[in-house]
Order: sequence, then C-alpha cells, then structure tokens
Amino acid sequence: MTARARLITLVVAVALLGTVAFASVMRASHRAGALDTAQPGGPPVSAGAVSLAGAGRMVFRNMAWGPYRDDLVSVPVNDPGGARVAAPVRCLRFYAAAGTGVCLRKEDGPLQETYFASILDSRLRTLHDFPIAGIPTRTRVSPSGHMAAWTVFVGGDSYAGSNFSTRTSIVDTRTWALTPSLETYKIIKEGRPYHAADVNFWGVTFADDGHFYATLATKGQTYLVHGDVAAQTLTTMRTNVECPSLSPDGTRLVFKKRVPDADPDEPWRLYALDLKTMEETPLAESRSVDDQVVWSDEHTVMYGLAGDYGDDLWSVPADGTGKAERVAVAALNPAFIG
Amino acid sequence: MYLADRGPTAATAPTDADQGRTDRAAQPGRALRAIPATVLALGTVSLITDVSSEMVTAVLPLYVVAGLGLSPLGFGVLDGVYNGVSGLVRLFGGHLADRGRRHKAVAVVGYGLSALCKPLLLIAHTLPLISGVLALDRTGKGIRTAPRDAMISLASTPENRGRAFGVHRAMDTGGALLGPIVAFLVLGMAADGYDAVFTVSFCIAALGVLVLVLFVPGGRAPAVAANPAGIDGTAGASGGDDAAAASPPVTLRSAMALLRIPDVRRLTVTATLLGLTTVSDAFVYLMVQHRLGISERLFPLLPLGTAFFFLVLAMPLGVLADRVGRRRVFLGGHVALLLAYGLLLTPLHNDALAFVVLALHGTFYAATDGVLPAAAAGAVPAELRASGLALIGTGQALARFCCSIAFGAAWTVIGDQAVLGIAMAGLAVCAGWAAYALRGPETA
Repeated sequence: MTARARLITLVVAVALLGTVAFASVMRASHRAGALDTAQPGGPPVSAGAVSLAGAGRMVFRNMAWGPYRDDLVSVPVNDPGGARVAAPVRCLRFYAAAGTGVCLRKEDGPLQETYFASILDSRLRTLHDFPIAGIPTRTRVSPSGHMAAWTVFVGGDSYAGSNFSTRTSIVDTRTWALTPSLETYKIIKEGRPYHAADVNFWGVTFADDGHFYATLATKGQTYLVHGDVAAQTLTTMRTNVECPSLSPDGTRLVFKKRVPDADPDEPWRLYALDLKTMEETPLAESRSVDDQVVWSDEHTVMYGLAGDYGDDLWSVPADGTGKAERVAVAALNPAFIG
Repeated sequence: MYLADRGPTAATAPTDADQGRTDRAAQPGRALRAIPATVLALGTVSLITDVSSEMVTAVLPLYVVAGLGLSPLGFGVLDGVYNGVSGLVRLFGGHLADRGRRHKAVAVVGYGLSALCKPLLLIAHTLPLISGVLALDRTGKGIRTAPRDAMISLASTPENRGRAFGVHRAMDTGGALLGPIVAFLVLGMAADGYDAVFTVSFCIAALGVLVLVLFVPGGRAPAVAANPAGIDGTAGASGGDDAAAASPPVTLRSAMALLRIPDVRRLTVTATLLGLTTVSDAFVYLMVQHRLGISERLFPLLPLGTAFFFLVLAMPLGVLADRVGRRRVFLGGHVALLLAYGLLLTPLHNDALAFVVLALHGTFYAATDGVLPAAAAGAVPAELRASGLALIGTGQALARFCCSIAFGAAWTVIGDQAVLGIAMAGLAVCAGWAAYALRGPETA
C-alpha cells in the first residue's frame, strides 16, 4: 500500500467511524430527551409543596417520564398510585423519618460525576452536604430523625476496574459528627475481635439513635451485625443476611437472603427474622428482590422491582402470608411521613 | 557463557539498529528525531486503544449500578483467577509472535479482540456476562503486550531504547487519562447514554486497530536475514539442537531455554522478586486514604495522580535510563516505591503528603514499566524477543498477583501498618539483592 492509499483509507475510516459514533450519541441524546415527555398512561404529576412533616403522606423518587422525572414527589398513603405532587429536589436515593430527609444525589462535573449526601429539613431545604466517594445505593434515618446513614459503591482503581467495595457512613445530625466509614468500628465476629482488608458494610437500619443493624461482608460471606454507636462496635449475629430493615416495633427484620438453588442472576429472596426466636420466615414474594425494604406499617413491607419505566413499588405482608401487590409504577425509595 | 562476555554493542546492535536507521530516515523531525516512526505509530495505537478502554472502565461501575440496577459486590471475585490466566496468555502471545516472526499479526489479533468486546457490552446485561466480556478484553491485552513491546525494542536502536519505551508508555498513559474525559463528555450530551459510550469506545478501538494495520510496518522481523551469523547462532546454541539452521524454528523449548541465558535469568528473577514486594495499586490507594486521612472526595482521583506523574516522567526517565543504565533506573524506581511505603508508615496526616506519595508512585511506574522491557531487550535475542519479554513480564505480573493475595490475607491477621512494614522490609531486601545481582556491565 502506498502512503497515499494508507492516508485515504484512514480518512475514509475516520469519517465512517466518526459517523457511527456521532449517530450513537445523537440517538442516546434523543432518547434522553424523550424521557422528558410524559409516558402514555403514566401517573399524573404536578408541581407543588412536598413536606417531610405532617401525616398520611408517602414521599418517594418519581421515575415516571416527563418534566418531573427523578423529582421527589408526595402522594397520600391511602392512594399511592394517585396524582403526585413534585418538588424540584432530585435524588438517586432517598429516605426520611421524623422530618429529616437524606438525599443521595449526583452533580455533573467536567471530569467526572461527583456525589453528595444532603441532609434535608422537613421543607426539603439542605442543612448539610457531605461529599461521598462513590455511587449511592442505600440510605436510612433513625426513627427520631437524629441519625442518618448511607452506603455507596466505590470502584477500586482504574487498572482493575471491576473490583468494587462499599463504604457506609453515619452522621449525627445534631452535632454533624460524621463517621466516614464503619470500617473504623471494632468488629466482634463470633465473639472475637476481627480484622480484614476485605470488610464491606451496607444497608444500615436504625433501632434508635445509638443502635442499628447492618450487613457485613468478608471472605465471601455476609453477616447480620448489630452496631453500637457509643461503643463503636459491630457484633455479628448470623450469616446470609443482606439489607436488613427493622420493623417499627423493633421486633422483626425483613432482609434479602441469597438462596442456594436460585439463578445466579436472581439470587435473593425476602425473608423475615424474628429477633426474639431467631426464626426465619420466607415472604410471599417469589421473585428476586435487590432492595432494602421499607415498612409501610407493622405488618407490610414495600420494595422496588424493575418495571417498564424505572422501578415499580411492590408490597407484601411481612409474615409470609398473602401475596405481592404492585402499589405504584415508576416509584423508588418510599418514606412514610407521619 | 556467551552473553556475559559480549560487549554492549556487539551482537544485538546491528540487528536492531538496521530497523532503527530506516525509521530514523523516515522521521526527520528534530525533537522526535531519535524516536523511530514505528514506535510513534505503536504509541498512537496504544493511546487510541487506552482512550477506548478507559472510557469503558470509567463508566462501568455507574453502568452496572445505575444503568442496569445490579449489585456489583463480588464482581471482582474472578479477577484474581483471571490474573493468573492472563499471565499465561501473555506467554502464549509472545511465543506465537516469535514463531514465524509475525509480531504485527499477533498484535492485530490482540487489539482486535479487545475492540470486538465493546459491542458485546451492549448486549451483556448480567454480571457473569459482563465479567466474561472483561475477561475476553483482557485476553486481548495479554496477547498483544509482548509482540508490541518486541516491536518497540526491534524498531529502536539499543542506545535509544529507553527513550522509545518511555515515549510509548507516556502516550499510553495519556490515552488512559483522556478516556474518562471522553466518556463523561458523551454522558454529558446524552444522559444515561451508556450504549453511546460503548459504541464510541468501539469506534475508537477500531481506529486504533486500523492505525496499527496501516502504519506499523509488518512483515517478518528482519532479525534473521540481517544477521545470519550473529545472534541467531548464539541464541540457537542456548536453545539446543536447532542452533545452526539458517532460520531456526522458534519452539516452546527454545523459548524456555531463554532462562539459561544468565542475563535473562537474572532479570526474570529480579523482576519477580521485586514484584513479590510490590503492593498492588488498589492497596496503595486504600493505604493513602486510611493512613493519611485524605478526604473521601479525593479518593476517586488518586489513580489520576499516579497516572499524571507516570505520563510526565516516562520519557525523561527513559532517556535517563539510556544514559546511566536501565537497571539502575529500574532499581531507582523501586527506591521511589520504598520511599512511598515509608511515607505511608509515618504518623503524618495531610493531603500534601498524599500528593508526594502519588508522585513517588508515578515515578515508580515511569522508572520501571517501560524501562524493564528496555533493559530486557538487550538480553533477549531478537528472534525470541517477544517470548523473552513475555517471560519477564509474566514473572513480574504473577509475583505482583501473589503479593496482592498475601497482602490482603496478612492485613486480616496483623493490620495494615504491620503488613506494609513487612512489605517495605521485603522490598528493601529484594532491591538490595537486585542491586547486587544486576551489577556489572549492561547488555544494550
């Protein structure tokens, strides 16, 4: 091949590949634009005031297409599929209790996306922003609204891009004292102090301002741990428990459990654990659930499952009876107000 | 032993210089005069390919968690297993390239395989499938590394080899730094446009393969024709009975027999020993965070710090290696790493110290990553160049992998400070031994 022929080949290839690349970006951009148009038959959404105080409301991240996509919306608890009132606060993950909200959000930067955990007051005003080191996954607030916790995924390093770890932080909103990582707590595993480089925590659920449950993973095994904020300790209780969620009366946990015979792509099922008897009961949801459930009352839990437009919200009784029902479409991370 | 009493400009020099001279004639630019066109072309291929692959790496966590809604924990489990396999793939790629002297063809296969993985990401929607695609991607990387480095070494003159590898590594790292920027530009134009990122990444990778095909001279390496009496005979002698043949077949045996060459053996053992005490990047960044207490927000930027210093220093240190000796600079790089460990063990806590540690870490890469193959090229006969470089590189990579496993396990038992102290002591001992083993005149 002559130098001229090579150059022509290169120019033609650059033009062709450039066209393909440009077309793919335009197509994705157009599709992203389509998300701003309301989907047919979707829930009606209108702008309005969303409050984390008051009573009888459920607040969640609206995933329905349209101008209010990803905004926080509020619906009446007794009509969760009904008309949504949206406030211009966008969160990837959200939770609230007793007038305190946590909004894990993304900010686009020139080089990369950055993430923040924003503590919100009852009128969704930001009280404090904490920079976080990765992609948000779980967040909870203690029943009093004083303590907040969140978990993010952190990529290890660019040369081994497929290695992930989690980082779980806890903050006291009265003093803004932050524990950046639960890895600084002392771990007591099966009665003995435990140290490991591969320790990961996720899915905090608060019992009160001083105590919580969470998941600890190490050496390929997950554990339910009980955390003590004052003593800065985490004590293992049993294995194969992920994303626990404590019932309002503090007597039961609903969690996702890896079941041995499941399809590796769908490994989890929801179980309830009675903290007195330590007996496990499978819930009447047969699909794999990858979520930290939320208790809508003393007897029912809600969780997300993939739907046609983002996640749909489902509910199932917490005692193994009944059956799963869809509560709302295109809704994520509900919090019950009042 | 024949290599020991060979002067620095004896046997390998004419072979490699022939190619170097042609390339220099074609490259009249003053600043880059000493860098053969082939090296610049290979550097361009690596730059383009790294833009493509780092685009994917940068968005993959986001894609898995936010795009696919999957929980990525345990995703890295196969990583360790695959590290071992990828070492063997590199040996295979090197051997294949030497057999029939088809370095370029094997490199094209390696780059091509990685390029084809990008569209596969568009249809892989589960963690096992994504892991599989990444494994295939790394197989491509394993296949191409040794033939590419062999081409760099064969295209440059012995006295400029360090500079050539330095330029290549700088271009490679430049691509790695550009990749995430391109990826987030695409995501900025199209929210959640991961498919667009993968498509653009494929187009860029395809361009890289095309530049390789069009602008890197192929055909058979000139070693045999240019130098029938010199290196072939001697290498054959070390390789056994196929010695005197005009075009000796490259067999697995002759490749393994490379270890009988004292210089190759010394470099392999040294690189492997030093690899055993080289703490993996992931642990270094964790340590920077744990021990120096830098803010959460800076954590994702730590690898950029290392890459920046690697980029800036790769060529100057390559040039230095050509002047003062490649082994000396290679050892110097490990001294920089030793200093970085030392700083991590100090009780000082601040962001400035983190900066210094990253500078030392980047210096370590700049002084070793390209300098080792540059040093090794002088010891390995031209017709077994890819096999030899693969052998040394694989020894180093497997050793680092073992270190990483041992380091993680020891962290569990004795804590991070103690295990880093042990790694530091180990590195000091290995570096001391290496300084002793690699003393004496260097083969160019």
